Amino acid sequence: MNYSESQLKAVKEFLYKIADDQLIIGHRNSEWTGLGPLVEEDIAFSSIAQDKIGQAQHIYEILHTLGEADADTIAFTRNAADFKSCHLVEYPIGEYDFSLMRNFLFNHAEQIRFDMLANSGLEPLARLAKKYRGEVKYHTMHANTWVKQLGRANEESHARMQSALNETFNLALGIFEESEFADTLNELNIFPGEKVLQYKWIEVITPLLEQSALVLPEPSAWQPVYGGRKGYHTEYLEPMLEEMGEVFRLDPKAEW
Amino acid sequence: MRFSTLIKTTKEDILEALQDVKDPEIPTISVVDLGIITGVEVDDDNFVKVTMTPTFSGCPALKIMEKMVKERIELLNINGVEVTTNFDTPWNTNMITPKGIEGLKKHGLAPPEKHNGLVQIEILEKVKCPHCGSRNTTLKTPFGPTLCRSMHYCNECLNAFEQFKPVD
Repeated sequence: MNYSESQLKAVKEFLYKIADDQLIIGHRNSEWTGLGPLVEEDIAFSSIAQDKIGQAQHIYEILHTLGEADADTIAFTRNAADFKSCHLVEYPIGEYDFSLMRNFLFNHAEQIRFDMLANSGLEPLARLAKKYRGEVKYHTMHANTWVKQLGRANEESHARMQSALNETFNLALGIFEESEFADTLNELNIFPGEKVLQYKWIEVITPLLEQSALVLPEPSAWQPVYGGRKGYHTEYLEPMLEEMGEVFRLDPKAEW
Repeated sequence: MRFSTLIKTTKEDILEALQDVKDPEIPTISVVDLGIITGVEVDDDNFVKVTMTPTFSGCPALKIMEKMVKERIELLNINGVEVTTNFDTPWNTNMITPKGIEGLKKHGLAPPEKHNGLVQIEILEKVKCPHCGSRNTTLKTPFGPTLCRSMHYCNECLNAFEQFKPVD
């Protein structure tokens, strides 16, 4: 890969954004370990966490080949302002309905993103995307199953799922905050843009939500929560990073 | 010239030796039969290069398996060995050999069904029970005790079982 300085900046920002989302939501999913409402859900959230953190690690490894620090240093020593993750992934796990709906919205966006990236001009990423989309399929399957069941189970579960959707939807639109380098990524045939992804995402989730008796907010009410991609975060990220990196920072040179 | 360079170790020798290295989570299948050894080269100086690829990106057993592969090859008549992991040949469940499928069954797991490059998630719904062979089964959850397994229930023989789940 021979990129100019500005192209390299665009590529790195793009990789950071994808991997940071995965690391943060992966960590949040891991917080369900031992707390799941059923033992199967405990295992599901823990397994999804393991997948996402593993996937983030391999993307950080690409960044390392592009001159960034090694994966552990990237994951555990940066300040909140250096993270490019969207706000959706940062929020505390809340109740199960919130975490489940967050996973539903996030996993579908991720599934489509990796489908698009499987033919990306950024070859190391395309190789990973081909692999990841098969894994994420199980994440979307898990979310679809539960959203559908709870959306239609009884009055309380339906009300809770609808309110979780209302709560998470604008945050989820923040996934698609466009990069200032979008044109460069498009020219390099790396990624056609967040708006394309958002359009496809709406197409995929709309019928699934309908089958779950849930109603997507009216487009006039859509208020995407942006900022994460530019390093502006909620109050929840910093304490999470503190906790996540606590052991690593005790002895950064330790061999594991 | 050192003795070890006189008799050349072949790719076949390496693959045979690696039959001894089992998946730490499923001791009835070797890394070769699991399909995760994606390249073996032996150069003129008897230096061995092995390439591996993970089953799942987040597989925690990968580093251990790399080490086990390296240590097993070091027992052979060679001058050195390097084991690397990459995604150049991404793993999928079709890469499990027929012997590997038998190994999975021996461990009590339902093997993944062959796919044509694209796993339809519906095929998890009617997995063949490894105990009685019935397809009257129910998927309980796509996540099991390890990343590569799903959990099912057989409505015929009333046993719970695990499947090594198909991945494309």
